[in-house]
Amino acid sequence: MYVAVKGGEKAIDNAHQWLDEKRRGDVSIKELTLEQIREQLPLAVNRVMAEGSLFDPDLAALAIKQSSGDLIEAIFLIRAYRTTLARFGMTQPIKTENMACIRRISATFKDAPGGQILGPTFDYTHRLLDFQLAADGERGNLEPADTPVAEQMPHITDYLKKEGIIQSEPVTGTQPKDLTREPLELPAARALRLQALTRGDEGFILGMAYSTQRGYGRNHPFVGELRVGQVEVEMDIPELGFAIEIGEIEVTECETVNQFTGSKTEPPQFTRGYGLTFGHNERKAISMALVDRALRWDELGEDNEGVPAQDQEFVLYHSDNIQATGFLEHIKLPHYVDFQSELELIRKLRTEALAKVDTLPEDAS
Amino acid sequence: MNDYNFGYLDEQTKRMIRRAILKGLAIPGYQVPFASREMPMPYGWGTGGVQVSAATLIPEDTFKVIDQGADDTTNAISIRKFFEKTSGIDVTETTSQATVIQTRHRIPETPLTEDQILVYQVPIPEPLRFLEPSEVETRKMHALEEYGLMHVKLYEDISRHGAIATSYAYPVKIEGRYIMDPSPIPKFDNPKMEMAAIQLFGAGREQRIYALPPYTQVVSLDFEDYPFEASKADHACNICGAENTYLDEVIIDDAGGRIFVCSDTDFCANNQTAGEGKPQ
Repeated sequence: MYVAVKGGEKAIDNAHQWLDEKRRGDVSIKELTLEQIREQLPLAVNRVMAEGSLFDPDLAALAIKQSSGDLIEAIFLIRAYRTTLARFGMTQPIKTENMACIRRISATFKDAPGGQILGPTFDYTHRLLDFQLAADGERGNLEPADTPVAEQMPHITDYLKKEGIIQSEPVTGTQPKDLTREPLELPAARALRLQALTRGDEGFILGMAYSTQRGYGRNHPFVGELRVGQVEVEMDIPELGFAIEIGEIEVTECETVNQFTGSKTEPPQFTRGYGLTFGHNERKAISMALVDRALRWDELGEDNEGVPAQDQEFVLYHSDNIQATGFLEHIKLPHYVDFQSELELIRKLRTEALAKVDTLPEDAS
Repeated sequence: MNDYNFGYLDEQTKRMIRRAILKGLAIPGYQVPFASREMPMPYGWGTGGVQVSAATLIPEDTFKVIDQGADDTTNAISIRKFFEKTSGIDVTETTSQATVIQTRHRIPETPLTEDQILVYQVPIPEPLRFLEPSEVETRKMHALEEYGLMHVKLYEDISRHGAIATSYAYPVKIEGRYIMDPSPIPKFDNPKMEMAAIQLFGAGREQRIYALPPYTQVVSLDFEDYPFEASKADHACNICGAENTYLDEVIIDDAGGRIFVCSDTDFCANNQTAGEGKPQ
């Protein structure tokens, strides 16, 4: 009897129960706690917060645990939760010059007010497996630094701005649209593009940025400055009539200085790319800055080279990994109605084509 | 379940979606951009249809979900369960009892009435997408009613294959104005689109909603000498014996033996009861 699609309901329940078992793994091994994930896998937590567009390390840790470490799945859980939250309003722009930096480097100046602060970084580590970690090696804590980090850390690009050799960013004074509350319509303004980039898939943004470095829309980036640390978030409270601090978040900010020899509309000056992500995520912030810069070709009067990184429709429509993964994986769903219609069509076309060719025998089927 | 609003979405979001639906109904076939939300199921798995259903359903409704014509396919079950959980709504597998029907890839065989709403899940709402990848361009083409490219494509099909080589998601023209993607229903279902029920189309990932009011004119594109033909497998259903329903082909043994059965499981079941003794 025909049973191919029967019994789906029970199968789904069983599949989900099996998934729960797989996630737990060997029950003789202690269960992972959310605190462990939050404290010991902070970079995974950061990525989930950044691409989930929700700053909440505890929820991100829960999502990572629930998704068995599949970060795109974790991001999806966060997004689906986030979408049910009410939007209270808009905070004031964060002031990254007041950031409590744990890391701040410039690749364009050897030194600058505030200094170069290396901070916790994989840079310059030798990528050798540390077997001491496997043997449960606890380490001592670092001594505090002799000099405290400056409370105010001016932006490196401000120095170039004083000299007038880097383009200044116009203050539009308009409230940017919220990508999560309004449909994306093209062409998208820069504020909207940056929103899409910061929540875009890290791998995709990295690949796009890399393509510009390899010649598909080259824009000669220097890391003018990269900084990581805590910033205060302030919000205007209508009942109070002034802004109060509602919390602190960790962000990574990257400003690139891009070479530029002038164009039809602009005198010779450096240009900028900008990247900002939740948490400590330098790869993403730098990639974002490069792609941002590539997407600015039109407003800077550059030629469209027809490369992917310059095409905002291409970049913005394909950077969201939740959209991409959903659509990609939906081809696992049944498609037998459509396939059936294709079967009939191809059989019909073949019959007609074969009938025309006398020398070939009739299709046996 | 009290943690979420009736039908999952908050009332403000529903209002936004309803406005898009009303606009869609006012301009049949026009794709209305809407601020699609992340739903707790993946994009591409019916999020557009789910959002449209969530905005359409009221507590008195009876809801039916089909995928490939069947109520018991895995994703149909998943969506039906979602609404049972988040709205506590009545559900049914019987087409005639449902007030709202969400579908993927099929139109039920039982004719729908004026009291019903059919909600389609749409993967790619843009009928011109595979002819022109840019959304900016395709919107312009719709605005200017510049559909030459589509006719050239159909013509090229004929010159290459001797027939229009599109068997599902077959493009239609609405009231002589917009070319519309009917979603990936088999072209067998196209003629049914001129119906008494309201038809709503939701594309979540692509952030588009479009709609057809009852009795809207829906014309499948063709040429005078190559008229549109709603085709199906040249068989009767092996289970209920129906001769005018869309059929799934099912391989039943290692030798490749196959039978044909109605893809609309509710219709097939009713037909079996109605016509006992039909051939197996």
